[in-house]
Amino acid sequence: MNTDELVAALSRHVEPVDRGVIRRTIGLALAAAIVVSLGLMGLWLGVRADFMTAHAAAFLVAKIAFAIAIVGIASIYLFRLARPGGESRTVSLWVMAPFAAAILLAIASLGVAPHSHWNKMILDDEWLECLLSIPIIAIVPFAVLVWAVRKAAPTDLVRTGAFTGLVAGGVSAAAYALHCTGDSVPFVAVWYGGTIVLCTVAGALSGPRLLRW
Amino acid sequence: MTTTETELKALMLASQGGDAASHRMLLDRLSRHLRAYYKGKLASFGKGATEAEDLVQEAVLAIHVHRHSYDPAEPLTPWVYAIARYKLIDFLRRSKTSRADVPLDEVNDIIAHDDHFAAENSYDVRRLIAKLPKKMQCAIGAVKLDGLSVAEAAQRCRLSEPAVKVSIHRGLKALADLIAKEVKA
Repeated sequence: MNTDELVAALSRHVEPVDRGVIRRTIGLALAAAIVVSLGLMGLWLGVRADFMTAHAAAFLVAKIAFAIAIVGIASIYLFRLARPGGESRTVSLWVMAPFAAAILLAIASLGVAPHSHWNKMILDDEWLECLLSIPIIAIVPFAVLVWAVRKAAPTDLVRTGAFTGLVAGGVSAAAYALHCTGDSVPFVAVWYGGTIVLCTVAGALSGPRLLRW
Repeated sequence: MTTTETELKALMLASQGGDAASHRMLLDRLSRHLRAYYKGKLASFGKGATEAEDLVQEAVLAIHVHRHSYDPAEPLTPWVYAIARYKLIDFLRRSKTSRADVPLDEVNDIIAHDDHFAAENSYDVRRLIAKLPKKMQCAIGAVKLDGLSVAEAAQRCRLSEPAVKVSIHRGLKALADLIAKEVKA
């Protein structure tokens, strides 16, 4: 079959396409990712015991705000990157902003604290749990998002993979924050920030294989 | 914005709306631009017109199958260019000709030239369609090759009308994968 015949064949009975399907699919996948993360956190780890106290609430809000800022910014980019050519008009530097803010706040809070507290502030008691939980909780959200993004035929697989991992990591961190009692700013900057970056790198590395179409 | 962009975009919008004539004109024009693009690119990898034609058909099929991924708020040229380049890189990686280091060009290069001297390509789409699962084969054969309506195809293939549409869509995607496996030369 030559190209003209192929073109003719493809042009018989052309169905109208649903232009909103990509936005809906990725949006739905994002919602599913959030529900799955919350469910996993609730069943596996449980919400922190002092959940209802004012002390806990303040830290909780700050941590979740950090994670939601990342998810919010990263998903705007992901919606664009998912389509062919989306990478050409996407400068994704804004996604650094929440990380930069957390690092600056962390440095400031270390600056006003005595040296002897630094170790406790950065490591807390939960660093290992945090390091493991966020990537583990992120696995299913990542898979769901990959499934949705593939439908949009991305053409920059490394970057799209990275942002898929970033969104999954951010969603997972937001859910994990409900459990975690490590409340110091340096702890959040290092372990939340670090694990989310880890998810991003994993996404970038696996993107070319997982997102291929 | 070039006039080519304006014209092609208008065709794409009509095609997304289900207008078969516009769709045909769009694929026809894009295939000529793609041919010029691939011939130019492949020359530097020591590949000829046959491989270029293989890629034209791959890209045309990809554009057809993924036409829902074009966002009308954006210009069409970068979307076409991205698919064309993606298929080129994929082809070079499959055929292991190079490290697939394809430099980024000016996006508009994709519509700068056209070439209507179609060569023979190396695989036959008809033969590959015959390798698809029965339902997909029947639906594609009836609607795309024999020109039956979806309702007639549903009768012939003993499927519901929505099932015919789904079979065509999935079948064309599967066909794209078969082509990718075929073209490893």
